[in-house]
Amino acid sequence: MVIKKLLIANRGEIAVRIIRAAKELGLQTVVVHSTADANSLAVEMADETVEIGPASAAKSYLNVEAVLNAARQTGADGVHPGYGFLAENADFADAVEAAGMIFVGPSGAMIRKMGDKASARKAAEEAGVPTVPGSDGILNDMKMAQLVAMDIGYPVMIKATAGGGGRGIRIAESAEEFVSLARLASEEAKLAFGDGGLYLEKLIDAARHIEVQIMGDGGNFVHCYERECSLQRRRQKVWEEAPSSSLSATVREKLCSSAVALAKSVGYRGAGTVEYLYDDKTGDYYFIEMNTRIQVEHTITEEITGIDLVAEMICIAGGETLSFCQEDIAIQGHAIEVRINAEDPMNKFMPSPGVIGKMRIPGGPGVRFDHMLFEGYKIPTAYDSLLGKLIVHAGTRETAIFRLKRTVSELRINGIKTSAPLFLALTENEDIKHGEIHTKWLETWLESNSDKIRPIADIE
Amino acid sequence: MANKVTLDTAGNMWKVLVAEGDSVKKGDVLFIMEIMKMEVPYEAPADGKITAIHIAEGDADLEEDMVALEIE
Repeated sequence: MVIKKLLIANRGEIAVRIIRAAKELGLQTVVVHSTADANSLAVEMADETVEIGPASAAKSYLNVEAVLNAARQTGADGVHPGYGFLAENADFADAVEAAGMIFVGPSGAMIRKMGDKASARKAAEEAGVPTVPGSDGILNDMKMAQLVAMDIGYPVMIKATAGGGGRGIRIAESAEEFVSLARLASEEAKLAFGDGGLYLEKLIDAARHIEVQIMGDGGNFVHCYERECSLQRRRQKVWEEAPSSSLSATVREKLCSSAVALAKSVGYRGAGTVEYLYDDKTGDYYFIEMNTRIQVEHTITEEITGIDLVAEMICIAGGETLSFCQEDIAIQGHAIEVRINAEDPMNKFMPSPGVIGKMRIPGGPGVRFDHMLFEGYKIPTAYDSLLGKLIVHAGTRETAIFRLKRTVSELRINGIKTSAPLFLALTENEDIKHGEIHTKWLETWLESNSDKIRPIADIE
Repeated sequence: MANKVTLDTAGNMWKVLVAEGDSVKKGDVLFIMEIMKMEVPYEAPADGKITAIHIAEGDADLEEDMVALEIE
């Protein structure tokens, strides 16, 4: 293992997670941070810290030069980008390598290839992975685009090739609104991602979002089974589970094998996730995109397989081979993660910044809370609202949901509002208990069931 | 009698949609804050004229309870 000192180019709960994995591997840790994160838990836990800019992400966490300077200054020989920020920035990956350090992730070329959604679709097709019926690459002109849309059949999803993570998507219900929506989508994409290229996909009704965790070390490629992330609000996942409650053993085998086939065909190194839409009425699955980084919800895969994905990806980057092969990986029980955000589910999910007061962190068997909180911590308003991930693991899905109910009721965070009450209500819902969910389920339920979300009292 | 529009929470000022002297109707969006990557619009509590603005686009780390603007 070549890496001795790992620089974590991220913040919040994932920075804490990476520090923990690095410590267990015996590595020294360096955390770069903005002024707004000077008192954060990750900064407190790291061996060394370097302030790299003001609160604004563009001037700090996205500031490639500042991050590289911090790495040079501290003598770091590895850089872990976490998720978001520079994690899927191919130029950053290249720059780290050019500076003589190891990037914990695939190469810049791989990030470029799989990060461009249209080129990833092509790679999937070449690997024999079914893709959502759609355009063959990027749309070059509006006339062509309209013909393709007609061919696919409305409603059609207009997607930004440089997008991802649920962003840069518009839905055209008919030919009449297609042109104006496509123009809007392209302009938005150009503004948000620097690339206005679009591609089209057929809108699959009541689809389930199922993704497969894969790992590769250059010679071997494995899957660590799947996660279902169908419960989303504004295209952001809020409740994830492993394994999916809707896959038969046969479909699971085919789905997971297809993800390995893709990883193998592109020669993927590191941790990655292949995302699919699954139509449980027909049993068909379709590739939508690949994420060339560790994901927020990697935790539930760790719980059911016993694999430390973050440690494993650091080792692979450090020149080691996978510490296990496919036959060693098995699913044990069921795990669920819910994202505790600083949002008020009883007031339209308005953000709830403030200072963390007294807390009660849940515990007991099969309970894990990956967070960066401490009493007195002032949540910065410049970054996302994720406070922590509450994860439960139990023998069956039914007992996991029950454990989740107990755990969410136990969690207390005074001083701000959190999304915890939403999850309490969901654990009592019949559709959820029966696994009858899809990507539109949560927003539809919220439209007429907000009254079922009840407050959780502060602790004295 | 001036209506003071104060900030409910800390956050950043993303868009300011009115200027001093503008007439507004109850419910018009006056400004939009950006808090934890979310857009939070503030509406005029009543009809009136903007008599004072204490915020500007791009302001960062504004404090809870600060008076953003005044409507008469």
